[in-house]
Amino acid sequence: MRHLKAWLGIGLTAATLVAAAAAPWLAPHDPLRADFAQSLRPPGTPGHLLGTDQLGRDLLARVLHGARLALFIGACTVLITAVGGGLLGLVAGFAERWPSAVLMRIADVQLSFPFILLAMTINAITGLGLRNIILSLSAAGWVVYARVVRGEVLSVKQRDYVQAAAALGMSRARVLFRHVLPNVAPSIVVVASLQFSQFIVAEAAISFLGFGVQPPTPAWGSMLSESRDFLYVAWWLAAFPGVALALTALGVNLLGDWLRDTLDPKLRV
Amino acid sequence: MRAYVLSRLAQTALVVVLSLTAVFGMVRLSGDPVLLFMPMDIQAKDVNEFRQRLGFNDPLAVQYARFMGGAVRGDFGESLRYRSDALGLVLERLPATLLLGGTALGLTLVLAIPLGVVSAVRRDSLFDHAATVATVLGQATPGFWLGLMLIYLFSVQLRWLPTGGTGTLAHLVMPSVVLAAFFAARIARLTRSAVLEVLGEDYVLTARAKGLAETRVIAKHALRNSAIPIITLAGLEAGQLLGGAVITETIFAWPGLGRLTVQALLNRDFPVVLAAVFLISVMYTLINLAVDLLYGWLDPRVRLRA
Repeated sequence: MRHLKAWLGIGLTAATLVAAAAAPWLAPHDPLRADFAQSLRPPGTPGHLLGTDQLGRDLLARVLHGARLALFIGACTVLITAVGGGLLGLVAGFAERWPSAVLMRIADVQLSFPFILLAMTINAITGLGLRNIILSLSAAGWVVYARVVRGEVLSVKQRDYVQAAAALGMSRARVLFRHVLPNVAPSIVVVASLQFSQFIVAEAAISFLGFGVQPPTPAWGSMLSESRDFLYVAWWLAAFPGVALALTALGVNLLGDWLRDTLDPKLRV
Repeated sequence: MRAYVLSRLAQTALVVVLSLTAVFGMVRLSGDPVLLFMPMDIQAKDVNEFRQRLGFNDPLAVQYARFMGGAVRGDFGESLRYRSDALGLVLERLPATLLLGGTALGLTLVLAIPLGVVSAVRRDSLFDHAATVATVLGQATPGFWLGLMLIYLFSVQLRWLPTGGTGTLAHLVMPSVVLAAFFAARIARLTRSAVLEVLGEDYVLTARAKGLAETRVIAKHALRNSAIPIITLAGLEAGQLLGGAVITETIFAWPGLGRLTVQALLNRDFPVVLAAVFLISVMYTLINLAVDLLYGWLDPRVRLRA
C-alpha cells in the first residue's frame, strides 16, 4: 500500500511535469485563440478532445497550459518561502535572544489569520497579476518553514559535533552552514513538498475568487470561475480544470507523504 | 490558571493590534488611499475634498493614532459602499458564518473521528484501505471545485437542492458538506495515526491483560490519550474553517462574514475589510486559547503557566 501510494504520487507528478513542459507541443490548439463558430462544443468533438469553452477556445489546450502556470507559481513560491523562511528560521534558532523572539511574534501574528485570506488581502491591496500572486503567497507561507527550521536548529545545535566545531574555533557562520544546515535540510525538503500542493490549490482558489491570475490567461482557478456561468449548459468547463487541479494536488501530496515517511517520520506539519 | 488566561488574553490583544497595524500599513502605503477608495470617474476637486474630510492630509502617525483610537472603541468608520457602520455590517454577518462553521465542524468530528478510530483498530482491513483512499482523495480535492460539482449534480441534474442562498435547512447541506470535506479528511488521518500510536503503549496492554472489554479499552484508554493531537489539529482547523468559509460562502452565495470580506476587498471598501480583519483575528486567537484550556482538562499533566 505504501509503495503503491509512492508510485502513484511519482507517476501523477511526472505526468503533470510532462504536461506542463510539453504543453505547446501536446496542445492541439492555441489556448487563447477564440473561434465563435465552435463555441461550447462537448468533449469528443473532432479536433477538440475535451470540448471548447464559451469563446470556442480548446479546453485541452487551456488545461495543459494551466498546468504550466500552476507548476510555475507553485515552484516559485516554494523556492522563495523555503529559502527565505529557512534562513530566518536558521538565524532565529541560532541567535536566540531578540531575533528569535521578534520572529516568533511575527509568526504568531501571521498564524492568527487564515492563510488564504491573508494572501487575498495582500493581492487586493497591492494589485493583481502573476508576480503579485507569487509574492503574496510567499508572504503568507514562509512562517511554516521558519518555525520548523527554528525548532530543528534548537535541537541540532546541542549535539556534540556542533559543540565540537564551535570549540575548535570555527566561525559561527561556518558552523551554521556546514554543520547545522545539512542536518536541517531534510525537514525543509519535507515541508516544501507538503506546501507545494497547498500553494497550487491556494493560487487556484484566489484566482477563482478573482484576486489572482486574470483572464484570458489559462489558469485553472480563473477557468473554474468562468465556468460557473455555464454550469447548466457545459459541465465539462467545470469538470476538467478541476480534475487536473485535484490530480496534481493528489500526486504532490502522495509524494510529500512518501518523502516525510522516508526522510523525517517524526515531523508533523 | 487565572494568570495564564489573563496573559493569553493580553497576547490576543497584542496579536490583534499588530494585525490591524499590518493591514492599516498595507492600505496606506500602497498608493493614494483616496484614489483607492473612490470610483474611477471622480473629479479632482472632489478628491481633494474627500482627502480633507477623511483626514488623509494629516501625518501618517496622526492617522494611525486616530484609526487605533477608533478601533479600540469598535469604530472602524463607515462602509464606503453601504454608508453604514463597518463593524455593525461585519457583526450582522457573523451568525450566518457561525452557523455554517459550526455545522461543518460538527459534521467533521462526527464523520472523521469514528472513521479514524475504526481504521486504526482494524488496521490493514478492507475498511482501512477504503478509508485511506477516501481521505487521501478528500485532502486533494479543492473545496471550491467540489462545490461546483455538487451544484452540478444536486441542483442542475437532480434538482434536489438549491444552488445557493439561505433560509431553509436544504440551503445548509451543500455548503457545510463542502466545508467539512477537507477538514474531515485531515482529522480522520490524524486520528488514525494518533490511535495507532497509543494502541502500542503499555497501559493499553495492561488494560487488555486485566480483561477489559475491547470497546472499553478503545474508548477509555486509547481514545482519551490520543485526544491531544486530535484536539490540537481540530482547534487549528476551526480557525482555518474561517478561511475555508471565505470560498464556500462565495460559491453558495451564503450571506456570511467570508462573502462580505471578499466583496469588500473587490469593492475596495477598506473600513469593512479592517473591521473584518479585526473580528477574524479576535475569533481565531480566542479559538486557540480555548484549545489550550482544553489540554489542561484532558491531560492533567499539562500545567498551564503564564
